[in-house]
Amino acid sequence: MRVLLEKRRSVSRKAIVLVPVASFLVSLILGGILLAISGANPFTTYAAMITGAVGSGYGITEVLVKAVPLMLTGLGVGLAFQMRFWNIGAEGQLTMGGVAAAGVALFWSQSLPPWTILPLAILMGCVAGALWAFIPAFLKAILKVDETLTTLMMNYIAILYSEHLYYIAWRAEGYNSGTARFPEFAWLPQFAGRANIALFFALIIAVVLWFVFKYTRWGFELKIIGENETAARYLGINIARNIMVALIVSGAISGLAGASEVLGLSHRLQQGLSVGYGYTAIIIAWMSQLNPLAIPFVATLMAILLVGGDQIQMKMRLPASVGLVLQGMLLLPMLAGSIFNEYDIKLQKRSSSEAEQSPEEVQA
Amino acid sequence: MSEFAMLLTSILTITLRAGTSLTYATLGEIYTERTGILNLGVEGMMLTSAVSAFAISYYTGNPWLGVLVAMLAGGILATIHAFLTVTMRANQVVSGLSITLFGTGLSSFLGERLGPESNGGNLVGLIGPRFSPVVIPWLSDIPVLGALFRQDVMTYILYLVIPIAALYLYKTRNGLNLRAVGESPQTADAMGISVTRTRYIYTILGGVMIGLGGAHLSLSYAPGWSENITGGRGWIVIPLVIFAMWNPWRAVLGAVLFGGINAVQFRLQADGTRIPAAYLNMAPYIITIVVLVVMTWWETLSHRTGAPAALGKAYMREDK
Repeated sequence: MRVLLEKRRSVSRKAIVLVPVASFLVSLILGGILLAISGANPFTTYAAMITGAVGSGYGITEVLVKAVPLMLTGLGVGLAFQMRFWNIGAEGQLTMGGVAAAGVALFWSQSLPPWTILPLAILMGCVAGALWAFIPAFLKAILKVDETLTTLMMNYIAILYSEHLYYIAWRAEGYNSGTARFPEFAWLPQFAGRANIALFFALIIAVVLWFVFKYTRWGFELKIIGENETAARYLGINIARNIMVALIVSGAISGLAGASEVLGLSHRLQQGLSVGYGYTAIIIAWMSQLNPLAIPFVATLMAILLVGGDQIQMKMRLPASVGLVLQGMLLLPMLAGSIFNEYDIKLQKRSSSEAEQSPEEVQA
Repeated sequence: MSEFAMLLTSILTITLRAGTSLTYATLGEIYTERTGILNLGVEGMMLTSAVSAFAISYYTGNPWLGVLVAMLAGGILATIHAFLTVTMRANQVVSGLSITLFGTGLSSFLGERLGPESNGGNLVGLIGPRFSPVVIPWLSDIPVLGALFRQDVMTYILYLVIPIAALYLYKTRNGLNLRAVGESPQTADAMGISVTRTRYIYTILGGVMIGLGGAHLSLSYAPGWSENITGGRGWIVIPLVIFAMWNPWRAVLGAVLFGGINAVQFRLQADGTRIPAAYLNMAPYIITIVVLVVMTWWETLSHRTGAPAALGKAYMREDK
């Protein structure tokens, strides 16, 4: 008996749905084992996480609150991943978006009419995120500098810069950290609990991106670049320009996430802007198989894990990082399972005629 | 000793202390990448091994057991990476990223869970056994270079590991085979070298070395455990490998460069500079980007690259 791998012509439709679902179950089981080893009952822990996250009105609005930055950064990195551009800098792009939006809300309010501040703050948040993504994109497009590392290094720089601002440069008098509160006209309207209208921005962007990838030439070009760069070049696609344009959009979406965090939730620039959404976004984009319509759902699932983690910290005195461990585990079975998307796996009994020469050996 | 010589000595001492974990991890990553496997999980592996090393040595009182467990932790995570990328042919970038995400979450979970009841289950802020500097008589009195002999035992071991790693890679049959797998798996396969087995072995060996780097952080450099103790060191290792051009001898250069940045930062802060701390702390990350740009530019201009030709590519006999 031997295992044969045959490359599939097209990606298996069944596997696209089954693999993420199975991965989720496997990571729950693995997480349960980890919980049990560390002396916590996995069943009561999971039950507490779920009821904590979706068992009350407060929990549900908190899930929505956390889902927004996850959706936006997930959509942002997903766009870059379409081209196999490994933008792992969503965290820094989000942070710079928050910084720029805070700057507008704090310092432009005195000189500009109040009604312009909120749109300008959102816009500048997007611009800052776009700029932060553009630097690695430019280095990649022009000089072929590896983007995985540059986007990541930009995260550390952005986070240190934001810390400098809220601890020193922009710190409000009388506080240890954090800027002054923004004027109320710079706040994003909330509709339920702390959930604010940024949720609708995220959903609209998801639909727009889905449309772009399904129906436009640009979306098609990005996909071709991701699937086969050589083919893209033969088709006359300008790869350098596409990288730069796509990353400007990708960074702007993550920048919007940062802007909505400060304008919609904290109403000031303070610690807690950068809490790792940009990294979770990588898991979300990959779990969604880069499908923009799937991203909001997966992001909500991740938000449930995060809120659930916070809840068990309060109720069961278990570390909130249980949520992070579960998230981190999600991709591992998912990656192992991705082989089913691209290959047909066949078990073959060795018949007497094949005993000498198996098909693989014939080809080799 | 003149004041300048003393300054140099102190900078070199801190450089070596800060560079040790980087060098261990860089050597490990060089071996892994030489077989064609890119491992972006270094950060997660260093974090997990740092927390396990500290926890074990805290409870047993024996830092050597901590080192052993750190090697094991690094090795286990590397095995997962090898399984995903070699056996399951998953994308190497995504697999490495997920190892890092998993390792980061796991390490903060363990850090909040493995501690004693009296500290609320937390490992943060505890003092455990550590490797202190061992001053070697006579040698440590040499001006400036005496700093080489005022280090802890893990750094002394590193002095031995570097030449061994280089000689093994360039002068032994196994070293030749593993380089062949990274350059041309097809040829290596035809020569009767098992691509799968080679990649597994050196990915795991790389993980064990990365684990040593993590152990040095929590048992000597910090010492102790705090969340994200690595501060991105695991990521800096990846450009350091490029900087070293996949040569174990040169791994020292990069680590000295980045250890040196740490040391200068440390001196400036101690001398009460007016530069804000945040800007000083950005230096390693900005310099990493600059190093990457310069190395990439130089490789393009000189039309040569040190990267193993098959780096990042899954190998299947059928596709040629």
